[in-house]
Amino acid sequence: MSTLHTVNKSPFATQTLMSCLNHCKDGDAVLMIEDGVYGALANSGMADFVRAKSASLAIYVMSPDTAARGLAEDKLLGEVSGVDYAGFVDLVAKHDRTQSWL
Amino acid sequence: MKIGVVVSEGPYTHQAADTAYHFVKAALDGGHEVPRVFFYHDGVNVSTRLSVPPQDERHIQNNWTNLAKEHDIDLVVCIAAAQRRGLLDENEANRQGKDANNIADGFRISGLGQLIEMGIQTDRLVTFGD
Amino acid sequence: MSDVKKFLYVNRKAPYGTIYALESLEVVLIGAAFEQDVSLAFLDDGVFQLTKGQNTDGIGIKNFSPTFRALGDFEVTKLYVEKDSLEERGLSPDDLQEIMYEDEDDDWEEKPSIRLVSRAEMADVMADQDVVLSF
Repeated sequence: MSTLHTVNKSPFATQTLMSCLNHCKDGDAVLMIEDGVYGALANSGMADFVRAKSASLAIYVMSPDTAARGLAEDKLLGEVSGVDYAGFVDLVAKHDRTQSWL
Repeated sequence: MKIGVVVSEGPYTHQAADTAYHFVKAALDGGHEVPRVFFYHDGVNVSTRLSVPPQDERHIQNNWTNLAKEHDIDLVVCIAAAQRRGLLDENEANRQGKDANNIADGFRISGLGQLIEMGIQTDRLVTFGD
Repeated sequence: MSDVKKFLYVNRKAPYGTIYALESLEVVLIGAAFEQDVSLAFLDDGVFQLTKGQNTDGIGIKNFSPTFRALGDFEVTKLYVEKDSLEERGLSPDDLQEIMYEDEDDDWEEKPSIRLVSRAEMADVMADQDVVLSF
């Protein structure tokens, strides 16, 4: 049993990503969408925290949202995988429930 | 798999209604069923047929109306949230003595029970909001 | 209705500044009629929804905090409140309303609906659900 968590806020504006990551169970997945994708930046103040969490979680980022915001792949954490909307749907189907961190 | 969707933020101000739309299209393309989308909080504003965005912009309400027609999706707008925000269908406008109604084709106004029922009847529930 | 699902309503926002807390409560009240296994989670700024002494006279918005005390009548009796969130905000459990329910399985004894949990316990509650609705 596992959960897909979605986060749509920039971690520099709210503590939503932090709260989400602190409530995940091992084996859960986190998908950063919309402004949440800024949480995937490799050289930010959040990077170490996200990288550490990626040891026990699968962390994904919505590629259409990173592209829209001009975040090139080489600016993103290597531990984070890009998905498109079809990939989002697959993650929802694969995990037992989806929790949106609004 | 049956996937229920909640849209809880208004159009244009937030990306939620756009993300939800692309998600639902991808789910349908992937062979899943999306029997119902429930609009709550400011998400009810997606249902106004009086929206007139510039021609070079996406028309969020039309997109939903067309998608619902094509795939027989039940677009439900929460009545309590809608009434607060001035969204009325013909019946409600008459009942409340209002001189106009503004719910677009393909949307219907109903109660919060439809949200709970969707949670019970689908395999997954995904919320898009702020 | 044949099968009962576990529904969790997640409250992470403070009241009055936005409508989410009130409209979340409206869903909970309507949802109670469906006889599902309902829990509420209060964490992050959501814990502010449960403080005692709310007086909204000066802002002209309805004070809906007394409604939490009526949830027991709707058989909504599991309100999980995260201790860490309280502490981070300088609050203690004494700052929250007393919310009770009558336990029909225990000779209608009055019991507190608020269950204080650690962050790790809250994660367990979240992971134990069929449907998670976030507000």
